[in-house]
Amino acid sequence: MTFLWFNLALFFELLATGGFIVFIIKQQKWVFKYSYRILVAGFICHTIFLGCYYCALGTAPVLDLKSALSFFSWSIICAYLVFQIKFRLMVLGSFVAPFAAFLMIISSIMPWFEGQVKPIFKSLWLTVHVGTAFMGNGLFAIAFLAAIMYLIQEHQIKHKKFGSFYDRLPSLATLDSINHYSLVSGFPFLTVGMITGSVYAQYALGTYWQWDPKEVWSLITWLFYAALLHERLAAGWRGRRAAVLSIICFFILIFTFIGASFWLGGYHSFSSMGSR
Amino acid sequence: MIKIINIGMNHETAPVELRECFAAEVGGLVKALTAMRELECIKEGFFLSTCNRVEALITTEAAEEAKQFVISMMSRLGNIPEENFSSSLYTFEDTDAVRHILRVASSLDSMVVGEPQILGQLKEAYAQASRHKTSGVIINRLMHRAFHAAKRVRTETQICEAAVSISYAAVKLAKKIFHVLDGKKVLLIGAGEMAELAAKHLIANGVSSMVVANRTFDRAVQVAELFDSRPVSFQEIGQQLSEVDIVVTSTASPEYVITYDQVKNSFRKRRNRPLFFIDIAVPRDVHPEVNRLENVYVYDIDDLKGVIELNMAQRQQEAVKAERIIQEEVFKFDKWIKTLAVVPTIVSLREKAEYIIQNEMKRSSYAFTDLNHEQNEAIQNLMRSITEKIINDPILYLKKKAASPALNTYLDVTRKLFSLDHDNGSE
Repeated sequence: MTFLWFNLALFFELLATGGFIVFIIKQQKWVFKYSYRILVAGFICHTIFLGCYYCALGTAPVLDLKSALSFFSWSIICAYLVFQIKFRLMVLGSFVAPFAAFLMIISSIMPWFEGQVKPIFKSLWLTVHVGTAFMGNGLFAIAFLAAIMYLIQEHQIKHKKFGSFYDRLPSLATLDSINHYSLVSGFPFLTVGMITGSVYAQYALGTYWQWDPKEVWSLITWLFYAALLHERLAAGWRGRRAAVLSIICFFILIFTFIGASFWLGGYHSFSSMGSR
Repeated sequence: MIKIINIGMNHETAPVELRECFAAEVGGLVKALTAMRELECIKEGFFLSTCNRVEALITTEAAEEAKQFVISMMSRLGNIPEENFSSSLYTFEDTDAVRHILRVASSLDSMVVGEPQILGQLKEAYAQASRHKTSGVIINRLMHRAFHAAKRVRTETQICEAAVSISYAAVKLAKKIFHVLDGKKVLLIGAGEMAELAAKHLIANGVSSMVVANRTFDRAVQVAELFDSRPVSFQEIGQQLSEVDIVVTSTASPEYVITYDQVKNSFRKRRNRPLFFIDIAVPRDVHPEVNRLENVYVYDIDDLKGVIELNMAQRQQEAVKAERIIQEEVFKFDKWIKTLAVVPTIVSLREKAEYIIQNEMKRSSYAFTDLNHEQNEAIQNLMRSITEKIINDPILYLKKKAASPALNTYLDVTRKLFSLDHDNGSE
């Protein structure tokens, strides 16, 4: 039953992606409307899936890469839906939906997690730690996508070469403020995610910090985002430079998310979570 | 046979001196409509007068007389002798008149193609015509088709979105950078028609404050008064650069007025807020290197023209699409107007049937005296439905043939078959 919801979510998100791609080409408002509704339907299925899976495992479903990617995809869509209410920027969906669907596709081809969940993971702290960290990631993904859109649009205006994206993308000010808001709101989430993680580590492993590779990389990511936010708020950075830095930050974040979990070992890696 | 006639002049056929004679006249519209209503030979009338065009639209059965009347009425309205403007007039009849009105409504005939005002003006003129009861079946229908066509052109093509003038292109670019211009500050350096037009456009789009700089301060004061803004001296430009968001330059200066270092220095104080230069001057006022600074966008006159030309190419395609929509709508209207020609025959056919019913009832009334009300009713209904059924097929057939070139033959045969012209029911 749980997996049915996963497949439904995957199906709707792919359908919505198709719709959003048609929308950016055809620029018909009704295409957007339907795609948006389908995406919301997918999001609801996805939420139900996460709920069911949570109950089945007894903890947040992030213990293998498959579930982590699906949760990441969910948090991106969640962040997008919140931003859609605030900015009503139709074209954003055409960037977010493919990205979220891409993560879901990778997630869907991986095998399901089998085996027992270690009792150590059945903790509310883990749920809060993962929930906030992923919400931060979702918001940073929006910042990343807005930055890409910004760079495309800025290039066209600066070099006076107006391609087909010129009319389809919004103004620089809008894109910059989406980048700004998603950074400002994502950063507290990431911070809380790291603090709760460390509290959880104290509770579960007896130490707040143990130089686990993922911990280190998370700290690096956090510092980069902190620097970006500082430059934005204090030094008045905006536009191109802020966009470029938020793209760099996001790549570091992705490395922390995937790389640290696979290649660098440590207790955050998925392989250590699956072993009994 | 009723004719639709359109007489008018527009920005292409008449010079501004002539057009303003009509535009200046207050209440001219009402006078024209009243005059049209009073004339016997004009069935329906509609009159439109804007700064770019004068249009009279009438339906009549006496074409020549009506045309002559409209021209003399225009001469009275504009207070100019007929021979002075008759060469600037165009006259369209029937399908051509319909097409012309549809093109006007869709802003395809405008000086600035795609400008949205004309539709509003047309709607207002139509409201006046219906208030003064000069519009009738045909003009009502035509106007509604015209509004519909305009809506289709607006939604199905991008002709209205294309930037057409330099200042419009500049405003559109500014909006792509700043999203909204509300609360933005403009620095206008130098004066000139084009710069003032750009400034006017920016203000109309929400720019809240403006400062004006000029090499001669007196001139700056003059221009500033025009826009309700603040004059500054030429030496203050550097300082102003750290405050404004949009700079419009159009000085006659042979060397650059805005230098790279000047803009660069302003940026610390600006906290990287974007700065948009609209350089209309030839030779240019803003050093081209300035465009290389981050968050600075410099558009000179050639760049803006490039934007417009790009739009022009796009507009050519869109114009083809728009003309196709117009053609479709003209065709639909034409079909409708042709059905009007069969209406009198259908009406006399019905009248004849009704006449026969009444006559036969009268003749047989002695036999019905014993019948009660219900039975009487039933007999009437019976006769009605029989005659209805008999004449229904001929009517449908006529309607179907309304657009056929041989329509007159069909009408003729019908009138003869049922002998509608001799036996008109009132013998």
